[in-house]
Amino acid sequence: MKAAILGATKGMGRSLARLMVERGDQLVLLGREPVELQRSAADLQARGGAGSRVHHFRCDLAEPETFAPALDDAEAALKGLDAVIITAGLFATQDELEADARLNQSVLTVDFTNTVLFCEEARKRLLARGGGTLCVFSSVAGDRGRKPVVLYGAAKAGLSAYLEGLDHRFRSKGLKTVCVKPGFVRTAMTEHLKAPPIASEPDEVAPVILEGLDRGTPIVYAPPIWRWVMTAVKSLPRFAMRRVGF
Amino acid sequence: MMKKAEPTLHGWGRVKAPGREVRVDDLSRAPDAPLSRGLGRSYGDSSLPPPNGTAINTVRADRLLKFDEITGALRAEAGLALHELNRITLPRGWFTPVTPGTHFVTLGGMVAADVHGKNHHVAGTIGAHLSRLLVKVADGRRVECGPDLERDLFRATVGGMGLTGHILEVELSLTRVPSPWVLQETERVPDIDVFMSKLKDAAARWPMTVGWIDCLSSGKNLGRGIVFRGRWAEPHEAPPYLPPPPMRVPWPKLEAPSWALNRLTVGAFNAGIFYSHPNRVKTQVVDTYRWIYPLDAITNWNMMYGPRGFTQYQCVLPDEAGPQAARRFLELLTSRGGAMSFLCIIKDCGPEGVGLLSFPKKGISIALDLPVRDDTQALVDALNEHVIKEGGRVYLAKDRFTRPEHYRAMEPRLDAFMRIRKQWDPSLKFRSAQSIRLLGDPA
Repeated sequence: MKAAILGATKGMGRSLARLMVERGDQLVLLGREPVELQRSAADLQARGGAGSRVHHFRCDLAEPETFAPALDDAEAALKGLDAVIITAGLFATQDELEADARLNQSVLTVDFTNTVLFCEEARKRLLARGGGTLCVFSSVAGDRGRKPVVLYGAAKAGLSAYLEGLDHRFRSKGLKTVCVKPGFVRTAMTEHLKAPPIASEPDEVAPVILEGLDRGTPIVYAPPIWRWVMTAVKSLPRFAMRRVGF
Repeated sequence: MMKKAEPTLHGWGRVKAPGREVRVDDLSRAPDAPLSRGLGRSYGDSSLPPPNGTAINTVRADRLLKFDEITGALRAEAGLALHELNRITLPRGWFTPVTPGTHFVTLGGMVAADVHGKNHHVAGTIGAHLSRLLVKVADGRRVECGPDLERDLFRATVGGMGLTGHILEVELSLTRVPSPWVLQETERVPDIDVFMSKLKDAAARWPMTVGWIDCLSSGKNLGRGIVFRGRWAEPHEAPPYLPPPPMRVPWPKLEAPSWALNRLTVGAFNAGIFYSHPNRVKTQVVDTYRWIYPLDAITNWNMMYGPRGFTQYQCVLPDEAGPQAARRFLELLTSRGGAMSFLCIIKDCGPEGVGLLSFPKKGISIALDLPVRDDTQALVDALNEHVIKEGGRVYLAKDRFTRPEHYRAMEPRLDAFMRIRKQWDPSLKFRSAQSIRLLGDPA
């Protein structure tokens, strides 16, 4: 598989990229920090073994003008493109977002508007090649409006809705859209949050995501138990949601 | 209302201390902290920050930066775990030049403890195989050091228990292996004298040796055990496939009750191991992972020692102490009621390494697990006083109970270490719970 990954230097993206190079996939890394990209590319090349070459190009979800050139470079370096994966995004707690309007604006913009704009660029290129897979990290936070994730969750809900629409519209034309909804995974993003008992490590969820990517599963809960957790949360009546802390 | 518990950390021996850790992706931009910490496999308090302090956990900094499959040169971020390194390199014919008895350690931790393994008598410690370390020192600079560059910092960092700064990157040379399998020879031995002579004989012919002793044995059986000898299997001896990924049988994350461990259960366990081995030399090709990391197959085996946790007493007795040193040590142990220990490991050591506080020196190393009890401090004191008389010393990575005056008496190199440490870190910014206890650092 030839894939471009936006956000493979850390967390789940790093774990996923490692699984992919170790089975022989060809990768291009996209991200905003050149030194980080270069170090992650070195890591993946060492793991991929003799002859594996991992290219990397600068692309920042906060700067939409970087999207098209980065995807063009990725396509050229790979001499093709089967999948585009987006794990990048911003996160802040509800308290932080309520207190800081500028931060709020950038989280909402990056996690919804700009991610959608990036997906549109990726979609065009994949469709022009006759199809492929667009795998995007949304979140269980988008499944229901909840007290601790009012703003972040709203952006992710919008993203999930976009991805569902995209899947309905283009699957018959060969474009599979995979919406990944990670539960609580211990990454830099969640380091300062209190972990629930079912928290997982990136290396545990990466195989689940890869399987979803290979199969073109429209919605992937990672780990799968979150499908049932969120089904329960979604079924709670409003008066209950007003009272509970989550 | 219940008072919210203060966060605690503990080493592998599960003796808890107040403190916390924060995982960091990019070690060079980590917040200021007195200590780095990897997978927390040191038994005592070496990986614990000063009381109520915060340690930087390095496990997310786990990228390979270079792996030359022609020369075996490898550079990686300090949080890379050894089990991951082995998984990547062993199928390609390369293996870490030195490995401790667990693969749940990080490269940074291996350097900080200057670990040794079954091949110490031929390969030395990990410090002998390092070409470069990148260390973030007290003034915030990132300093590259090695055997031929900033040598003082290098010698103080190798085996320096993280007290010279944060180890960010490690560069070492891997060893070529003919196959990913090990050829092992095991032999049951009736007492400590035969044990020691077998171990010594094996050293000349085998690159990997170690012995297990039944430490509840006494009288004419004193020091009965099993000697293990190994070497990498040649391709024609080895199965044509890779050893299966290490199995992990989860011990429930549940502390065994304190009464579970007593003379009867431990004695039965040890006798079982001893008699399950046939009374002749047994040769077989074995799975590398199971040969080097037998205990790693059981996750959380440290919970077996009950709610108070355990410690490991590991000392080295120098050759100058004479061939009877091991016997004297075991006799002292037996006279104090023996050790309630499943694990008593004896290994012959080669010459002292480059690290200023590196543990091994020419002689024999004895390691035994001790469940923590009311008399543990007294037992460790007695063993330490004996070890001082013999000219030996203890291993910091295992220690939780040694007194500062005992450590000082064992460690003539301490002044040299402290001098270099203070050159790089005049205000002793880098400290651990252990350095406060043993080296007199300010809390």
